[in-house]
Amino acid sequence: MPRLVSHPDEVKIISKRFGMGATNIDRYIELGGYESTRKALEQGPEWIINEMKASGLRGRGGAGFPTGLKWSFVPKQSAKPKYVLVNGDESEPGTCKDHLIFLHDPHAVIEGTIIAGLAIGSKMGFIYLRGEYRYLIQIMEKAVADAYAKGFLGKNIFGSETEFEVVVQTGAGAYEVGEESALMESLEGKRGVPRIKPPFPAVVGLYGGPTVINNAETIAAVPHILAMGGAAYAAVGSERNGGTRLFGISGHVERPGIYELPMGYNLKKMIYEVAGGIRGGRKLKAVVPGGSSTPVLLPEEIETLGMDFDQVGKAGSMLGSGAVVVIDDQTCIVEFALRTISFYAHESCGWCIPCREGTDWLNKSLTRFHAGFGTMKDIDNIQYLAENMMGRTFCPLGDAAAMPTIGFVKKFRKEFEAHLDGKPCPFAKHLEVALV
Amino acid sequence: MTTESMSIFSPALSSRFDALVLKYPIKRSALIPMLLYAQDEIGYLSDAVIDEIAERLSITPLDVRNVASYYSMLRFKPVGKYNVQVCTNISCMLRGAYDLFEHLQDNLGIGHKGVTADGLFSLEEVECIGVCCWAPAIQVNYDFHDELTNDKVDEILATYKAKAAGESTNA
Repeated sequence: MPRLVSHPDEVKIISKRFGMGATNIDRYIELGGYESTRKALEQGPEWIINEMKASGLRGRGGAGFPTGLKWSFVPKQSAKPKYVLVNGDESEPGTCKDHLIFLHDPHAVIEGTIIAGLAIGSKMGFIYLRGEYRYLIQIMEKAVADAYAKGFLGKNIFGSETEFEVVVQTGAGAYEVGEESALMESLEGKRGVPRIKPPFPAVVGLYGGPTVINNAETIAAVPHILAMGGAAYAAVGSERNGGTRLFGISGHVERPGIYELPMGYNLKKMIYEVAGGIRGGRKLKAVVPGGSSTPVLLPEEIETLGMDFDQVGKAGSMLGSGAVVVIDDQTCIVEFALRTISFYAHESCGWCIPCREGTDWLNKSLTRFHAGFGTMKDIDNIQYLAENMMGRTFCPLGDAAAMPTIGFVKKFRKEFEAHLDGKPCPFAKHLEVALV
Repeated sequence: MTTESMSIFSPALSSRFDALVLKYPIKRSALIPMLLYAQDEIGYLSDAVIDEIAERLSITPLDVRNVASYYSMLRFKPVGKYNVQVCTNISCMLRGAYDLFEHLQDNLGIGHKGVTADGLFSLEEVECIGVCCWAPAIQVNYDFHDELTNDKVDEILATYKAKAAGESTNA
């Protein structure tokens, strides 16, 4: 069972009901649950969207798009039904925040889904969880059934004239399905390959109807925002980055875990104080700040770095899913880069050639490199390949594979050079046979 | 509609599928859940499973195969009673997942995608399973086991062995 952690610097908004038995609907109501949905039902769509805009909440899946703005793009009149789609496919390596939300606070996800539905005028929402999360799917299904039994879902929610249905959907193992258009394909019973954009989902989405797609953490924040007020939520975070985030700190730290910290919290402090510093008193070598697709940062780059979308972007990386992966000085960066790219090679859906071929070749080159058979030319080839994948695919998986690779080569070129011409990896215990 | 007497699935799963297809605006949306739940009961996606699901959704078996082959959790061959899936992705790797994977290979005497002779265990190296902050972790069928060491993993295997032995004496 995932262990809960806590630190005095935490500001518990989304996580305030974690560990308090809120999976039980009566307990959830006792803790103030479903009040936000009632309020949203009374106040109407315009009020909801204005509060969301005021909150400064930006998409927690990684792209950081303002949620209120996204909802406002959905046309008011539509010949086809509109849908809300909650993305709980959580598959970016390093990321496990939604795991805790589903485990401890499933009703917050249901509330957020209903409120999003009220905001855009939708009557149906889907909550899509990755297939591996079977026990969490069961928790979500139980919560949905309980909400129906109370009359919070169904034909006349909370005794009103408004209808809202929720379906919990299971995936079956595919990182690519976390991309919004691939997610819609999967929900329509197809292979999870991306769709071309435009049209954007807000106009033509699930079953051809206007669709709002939000990450599970984004949706879980919604009832809290309406309860405390958009402006109060915004004030917790940093400039243009409202609220808090569930930061998942993993890798070589003393106290890994999910910590809810204000947006803009200093990364160095997060590693050394919140997570207890580097394990075994070793030295920090590098940090991947927002899931495996985000370019690596060096120790000197995190000194004054605030963890929000804009500051991490300015530092040449991305906040992504808020998954901070900490790497100590005993780690081989070439092996780390190889493990990263082998994931993307495995997960590339094969739809776009630059990604399908590019990830495969990067995987082969790095495998050969790590086994000590790389050549000087390979270093430039890796960079050339990665750069030519960027922006040439339907979905961002190609970029997600290329960006970290470029980062590793650029910032740790010396370490790549140390693996040249038959020299064994200075760190490796696991020498792999060269495939090419 | 497939009648219960013709179905290869248990009456419970069969009626679950009847209800599932009605939940969505289009029947086909039930495809991926149906494949996974059928696999849970039968063990893998046999030809009979694919044919029946195709019929229930009024699509071709080829169409079903095309979709099923995309998803990494869906399989066309049986695995062990307990399928041990070891995450070796970055967060787990940093906390010793490769050592753990090696240890499991030694303990079970099988490699990646192998099945033990008694059919009790199978072993698989998998991509990130979403337990990164509690690494290293494995998943046995749908059960997560986190913050593992070699000793802990031996205990876990012993628990499954005992469970299987208990089931066979009760039967």
